[in-house]
Amino acid sequence: MSLVLIVLLPFIGALFPALMIRAGRNACATTTFIASLLAFVLLLSHAPAVFRGEVVQAGWDWLPALGLNINFFLDGLGFFFAGLILGIGLLIIVYARFYLSKDDPMGSFYTYLLLFQGAMVGIVLSDNILLLLIFWELTSLSSFLLIGYWKHLPAGRQGARMALTVTGAGGLAMIAGMLILGEIVGSYDLSVILQNGELIQASPLYLPALVLILAGCFTKSAQFPFHFWLPHAMAAPTPVSAYLHSATMVKAGLFLMARMWPALAGTDAWFYIVATTGLITMLIGAFIALFKDDLKGLLAFSTVSHLGLVTMLLGLGTPMAATAAVFHILNHATFKAALFMNAGIVDHEAGTRDIKRLGGLLHLMPVTATLAMVAAASMAGFPPLNGFLSKEMMLHEVADTTWGGQGWLMGLLATIAACFSVAYSLRYIVHVFFGPQRTDYPHPPHDPPAGMWLPSALLVVLVVLIGLFPDTVAGPLVAVVARAVTGGEVLDYHLAMWHGFTPALGMSAIAVVVGALLLMRYRTVRAVWQAGPHPEAKAGFEAVIGGLVTTARELIHGMHNGSLQRYLGVMIAAMLALGVSAYFSSPSAPGSRELLPATPVAVAAWLLLVGACVSVVLQHHQRLQALLTVGVVGLMVSIGFVYLSAPDLALTQISVEVVTVILMLLALNFLPKHTPAEPGRGRHLRDGLLAVGAGLGVGAAAWAVLTRDAETLSGYYLEQSVPGGGGTNVVNVILVDFRGFDTFGEIVVLGVAALAIFALLDGALHGAAARRIAGWVPDQPRAADRHPMMLAVATRVMLPLALMVGFYIFLRGHNVPGGGFIAGLVVAIALIVQYMASGFGWAAQRMKLDYHGMIGWGVLIAAMTGLGAWVVGHPFLTSTMWHFELPLIGEIHVASAMFFDTGVFLVVVGATMLALANLSRLGRRAESLPVNAGPMDVDPSLDRTVEN
Amino acid sequence: MEFLLASAVGVMTAAGVYLLLRARTFTVVLGLTLLSYATNVFLFAMGRLAIDRPPVIAADASAYSDPLPQALVLTAIVISFGMTAVAVVMALRSFLESGDDLGAMTPSSGTPAQMVAEVGESSR
Repeated sequence: MSLVLIVLLPFIGALFPALMIRAGRNACATTTFIASLLAFVLLLSHAPAVFRGEVVQAGWDWLPALGLNINFFLDGLGFFFAGLILGIGLLIIVYARFYLSKDDPMGSFYTYLLLFQGAMVGIVLSDNILLLLIFWELTSLSSFLLIGYWKHLPAGRQGARMALTVTGAGGLAMIAGMLILGEIVGSYDLSVILQNGELIQASPLYLPALVLILAGCFTKSAQFPFHFWLPHAMAAPTPVSAYLHSATMVKAGLFLMARMWPALAGTDAWFYIVATTGLITMLIGAFIALFKDDLKGLLAFSTVSHLGLVTMLLGLGTPMAATAAVFHILNHATFKAALFMNAGIVDHEAGTRDIKRLGGLLHLMPVTATLAMVAAASMAGFPPLNGFLSKEMMLHEVADTTWGGQGWLMGLLATIAACFSVAYSLRYIVHVFFGPQRTDYPHPPHDPPAGMWLPSALLVVLVVLIGLFPDTVAGPLVAVVARAVTGGEVLDYHLAMWHGFTPALGMSAIAVVVGALLLMRYRTVRAVWQAGPHPEAKAGFEAVIGGLVTTARELIHGMHNGSLQRYLGVMIAAMLALGVSAYFSSPSAPGSRELLPATPVAVAAWLLLVGACVSVVLQHHQRLQALLTVGVVGLMVSIGFVYLSAPDLALTQISVEVVTVILMLLALNFLPKHTPAEPGRGRHLRDGLLAVGAGLGVGAAAWAVLTRDAETLSGYYLEQSVPGGGGTNVVNVILVDFRGFDTFGEIVVLGVAALAIFALLDGALHGAAARRIAGWVPDQPRAADRHPMMLAVATRVMLPLALMVGFYIFLRGHNVPGGGFIAGLVVAIALIVQYMASGFGWAAQRMKLDYHGMIGWGVLIAAMTGLGAWVVGHPFLTSTMWHFELPLIGEIHVASAMFFDTGVFLVVVGATMLALANLSRLGRRAESLPVNAGPMDVDPSLDRTVEN
Repeated sequence: MEFLLASAVGVMTAAGVYLLLRARTFTVVLGLTLLSYATNVFLFAMGRLAIDRPPVIAADASAYSDPLPQALVLTAIVISFGMTAVAVVMALRSFLESGDDLGAMTPSSGTPAQMVAEVGESSR
């Protein structure tokens, strides 16, 4: 379990820095440090087991059907990388505390850093490749945030985008590769995959899987030709560069190649792809690094080169080369992280990291200079430092390797790369710290506070210790890691400084001499380089991205021309095509269910309905007529519901119908009353065909279903309605009890819809819409009798009756047709009729109902009813019933569902009224009429007829 | 009876789709309404048809129609109402903003960010 915690701790910790920053920068950094430290200590607690060669496992099934499990395992390799990530992470956290300036948002920095750390630890501990992929993508995302941390710098933003694009694209390729791999093996668990190397390599899908997975590794680890993102990512703050781009993220690709080594390595394809890529990358990186004037640029290309070195070693496919690779990962992490921190110190204290503006810092920054010299010497591969040891091992392996039948080729190229490596490492020392002191440093340079140099000093101590006592300090670790990489092979070797006069030693000596010469003749070398071509990867990258954007835009504008007609047409045509293909691929003959006879009444209703539909289509240019005809269709539908034993539906349909028509009439008040004819016969024909096709399809589907017998779940509801739900109206019991949660969601939706309508209409009172309303001239004659007496009197009399009916429908709903929905609609209609009769302003002054509040309270009451069940230990919305005697009235049954239905009722009333009232408000604004004094236009108390 | 219902669903669908494909927003809303009817009736019919068998528990009832589709459709009717109401108000608002009721907008030639900015400008 503690294994899972190692991964989780950074993620949990990521919550705190952003909060703790309020307590100050030290508190913020300390929290971050503690989170990492806990994870690190937990990791170390597993060290004894790992060094005994055990594999610690933990986790649980997540989506076993997909093969996606949250499984972690810790072996030597995972331990090594997790240790690097967490250990160097701790140093970086301290360093960043001093590096970041007061203006930088430190809280978000540490949050990003911990997110990244968690994702990295997740990668190296995952036992499931799907889980690994998730963490893999998480590192891309969190590193994007870190690289672009200085949001105000365009270079930072561009660098972050480029890194995300390249590593993200590689990650996508890798997903495909991993899926293929899982398909071959039949499991996504790494521990299974690693056991099945032979099966994988024999599969015809081996090569595609290999190429795709390597695409992910190469992009992440900045291998040629994807190396270009890494130097651009150097726009990140230096702690980020030191962490991501020396020790961790760029090593993720190496890690994965090492992890997959038993399963994928050893073939010719592996050798030629991986070793060659690594070799080229090593060479190119070292070459370019020599000519970079930016300290971080130099280190970035040097990193590219060293990553290439490790990749090449892994590519060789021999256990000994893999061991050397592991050892070099360790050594590179130590000296390169130290150097990055060092470059940051120089930048921080001298005000620039441009080599041309530096030099002579040795006496001004003695501590920094010492650390830099040791670390850079290790990078160059000078004895007795750790860089020398692994470089020797590399040269030794390469010297024995034949490439395409040529035994000398790899050795030669590796030696050339080593020469450049020596040259740029020396340049870091000589051109920065030696030479005459200058007078024009942007800041007066001096050594930084201890918090800033101590972390790198720790690493430098490691550099020396590993160099001097390799077998004692690093030996056991390298052995256990190498065993994990190679799949358990025990090798006979020992890490040592002196191996006698070997070819590797000769190559090293040549590299040192040539490297020193290159630096001594730096002006000449540089002039030669200047004369050559310098392909700029960034320009190419931007051209590709620009091309993609243009293509995407043209594609989008081609398809999305903004016409709703076209979208709907395409959608309907697509659905029709699906329906047609389904029709031909499955039996669709009518079934043999016994049919109901068609009564004359039914035929008459059918005729009315079909006639109304046809009439709507033919007359849709006359909007008012069309709207009323649609109302007829709705009426027929509700009659159909009554006839076919669905009284609740009929009641709901008819009341919804009334409200809908009123609403549409209110809207139509502003809209044009006439729809102009659309040009184009073809369009009508096309739409007609689509419509007939859709109609035939849906009709046929309905027919096919209706003529077949079916099984239903409803037996349960019918049986349980009375004993379980306390009501005889099964539909209502389902709504408020069995499926109460659905209904709860629904009233929320209804409330949201009403609020959206409110927002839309309220917004219309400002800007262009408001001007249009203000200048609006009624396009239809107004009635002389705006508030007719008959209507006003009738509605006033009706109001209490209608409210009573609503209340009655509400109360009886649980047992006979009715319920909160219908009652709500009835009450809403009763209220809206008051508006219609006497005008909005007049009615609004007298009905001070807060419709927003009603919606809110309704949802709240429904929710509270549901939560009430929790209080007594039942699931959400479990209903209960109470029986009690009331004097005079008798026994009363109350179901808790009644309270829920009250919530429904309130929401329905509130939502309906909010929508309608706001539409009427708009109308009153448009006609800018004063609020009428009386409820109707004529005051019956004044008998004018007598005077006349 | 089954045929009447199935054909009615088909006719309502056809009329709804035809109106849905017209250029003016109000007509589209009418089409949406018809299509909602068709969908609701179709869903209701999934419980098969029955006469005089309302799903209200009674001692003397011999059988009941299927209550589950009815409950679902009841919800659907109310949601359709909410949807229609939002759609018609959106149609109204777009008419008030732009002065025409065409259900189309001219595509912008800018980047997505510019489009967002343009939309933000026009609503101010």
